[in-house]
Amino acid sequence: MAVLARMLARPSGAIGLGLVTLHLLAAALSPWLVPYDATAIDAGLMFAPPDAAHWLGTDQLGRDILTRTLLGGREAILVTLIATPIAVAWGGLTGIHLGLAGGRLDDVLMRVVDAVLALPWILKMLVIIVTFGAGVNVLIPTLAFFYGVPVIRVARAATQGVVARDFISAARARGHGRASIVRRELLPNVLDALMVEGAMRWSWMLLAFSSLSFLGFGVAPPTPDWGLMIADSRSFMAIAPWAALAPVAALSTLIIGINFAADALAKAVGLDRAQTTPH
Amino acid sequence: MLRLVLNRLLLGLITVALASAVIFGAVEALPGDACVAVLQRDAVGQRLENCRRDLGLDRPALTRYASWAAGALRGDLGVSAGSGKPIATLLGERLRNTLLLAGCTLAVGIPLALLLGVLTGLRRDGALDIVLSTGGILAMTIPEFVSATVLIFVFSIGLGWVPGIVLAAPGAPIADFFPGIVLPVAVLTMVMTAHILRTVRSSVIEVMASDFVRMATLKGVPRARIVWRHALPSALLPAVNVIALTIAWLLGGVVVVEKVFNYPGLGRFMIDSITERDLPVVQALALLVASVYVAVNLAADLLTLALDPRLRTHRARG
Repeated sequence: MAVLARMLARPSGAIGLGLVTLHLLAAALSPWLVPYDATAIDAGLMFAPPDAAHWLGTDQLGRDILTRTLLGGREAILVTLIATPIAVAWGGLTGIHLGLAGGRLDDVLMRVVDAVLALPWILKMLVIIVTFGAGVNVLIPTLAFFYGVPVIRVARAATQGVVARDFISAARARGHGRASIVRRELLPNVLDALMVEGAMRWSWMLLAFSSLSFLGFGVAPPTPDWGLMIADSRSFMAIAPWAALAPVAALSTLIIGINFAADALAKAVGLDRAQTTPH
Repeated sequence: MLRLVLNRLLLGLITVALASAVIFGAVEALPGDACVAVLQRDAVGQRLENCRRDLGLDRPALTRYASWAAGALRGDLGVSAGSGKPIATLLGERLRNTLLLAGCTLAVGIPLALLLGVLTGLRRDGALDIVLSTGGILAMTIPEFVSATVLIFVFSIGLGWVPGIVLAAPGAPIADFFPGIVLPVAVLTMVMTAHILRTVRSSVIEVMASDFVRMATLKGVPRARIVWRHALPSALLPAVNVIALTIAWLLGGVVVVEKVFNYPGLGRFMIDSITERDLPVVQALALLVASVYVAVNLAADLLTLALDPRLRTHRARG
């Protein structure tokens, strides 16, 4: 709660949390808010510009863009909101254990981590998706797995900064086992770093999810999805720019919101937002 | 020192070897193979067996990995399962195009990022700093296909200054890529400038607040000399690693930008070969990109070691 108050005290934190809350509310409530059926095709209404009946106009199939934009983040938000905590949890715990254990196991596993990170994200994701499809049940574990790998590095580095300190030796001397040291001594100390990392992972996962949809490997039409909507409407941008700009604005505000919030969170817990990289 | 360099080199080679094994293993574990993908409905009976024998798929996985790796070491990456052309040739054309795109981006982006990073770092919380820091977050976080869409809308459709798409074939002469390359370079430059600028800015701020800079100020050293001779050499050191990461990213992961602008580089090649399940090409691409990633990071490590004598004595492992 104290952290939340400190985040809200910064303009970036207030704006960020505001945008994220707005998007979460929209995603949760949109099925009851939208004025039209998202998949209802109306040939007489193709590329209708914004007016009183269709506030944001219609797309190439005469579908209401406001409706599709409101609904278009639901699958992305649902998938990433489930996958992010899983990624941070498994990556974080693995990293903490490796940082504590050190030695041969640490050497070997960190080589594997490096090797996985050296491969381009799209290649890793697509190999899975092309084989197993792009359903929610495939995307959640895939994202959770691949986006947990870089978390191992962050958690391991944060742990190594703590492991040499006296209170760990004291806990060892008191006879605490490894599990108890991880839970009672290490976890509280690396939790801040993991929270910031989690916020960043969330925004990168959203980016990956929308990019996949945009490239045609994610959400299948006619389900409304921002990445897919932008891809579809790009060809008609000269005649119906509103069709592309609405999902562009929606996706951008969510990702900017998460990043502002992550920035404020990092400052609130006294961390420099780590020099981490997306994939 | 030599020991340290050799140690890093060995670790890098192990990483590349592991990465190639990981992708080989992953492809192996998936159902279907290159022949099933290429022959599609004809993948039955004698034709399937012939194809498997031609590509050597009837041998055990470990043997195939060994012979593939041995070939790769000699520069022989095999032939594409889809087109039957040698992969080295196909890869070479795309690599050239990707290098062209990356080269243009780096030539514009690095000087721009360093200049702006130093300026904003020296005038912290000034007007330029606030504008660029906010703009930087936008540039870093907005998906590339979104910024590309907006740029195409404004500069190609709206103003009509530059084409919004590249029409050159993979093997076309370099001149054919202009002026279509301008917008993809602009999109990539925005993202990369934002990343480097952020690092340079915070490192300049840190160094300018350090004891040795305060000491120089109190001694009466002119500010320009403090900045150029004392602060910048150590402030720019952290930029080396970020620049390395950016180069690795430019050479291996700009799939979305290449797709948006129809640019015939490695990224689009990657998507096409995966959707066609041209597995020999996928493996070659994975090997190439992983090697680039490791090589660039290794170069950055060694450069940092060369520039910062403090690191050479302790911290032998990283």
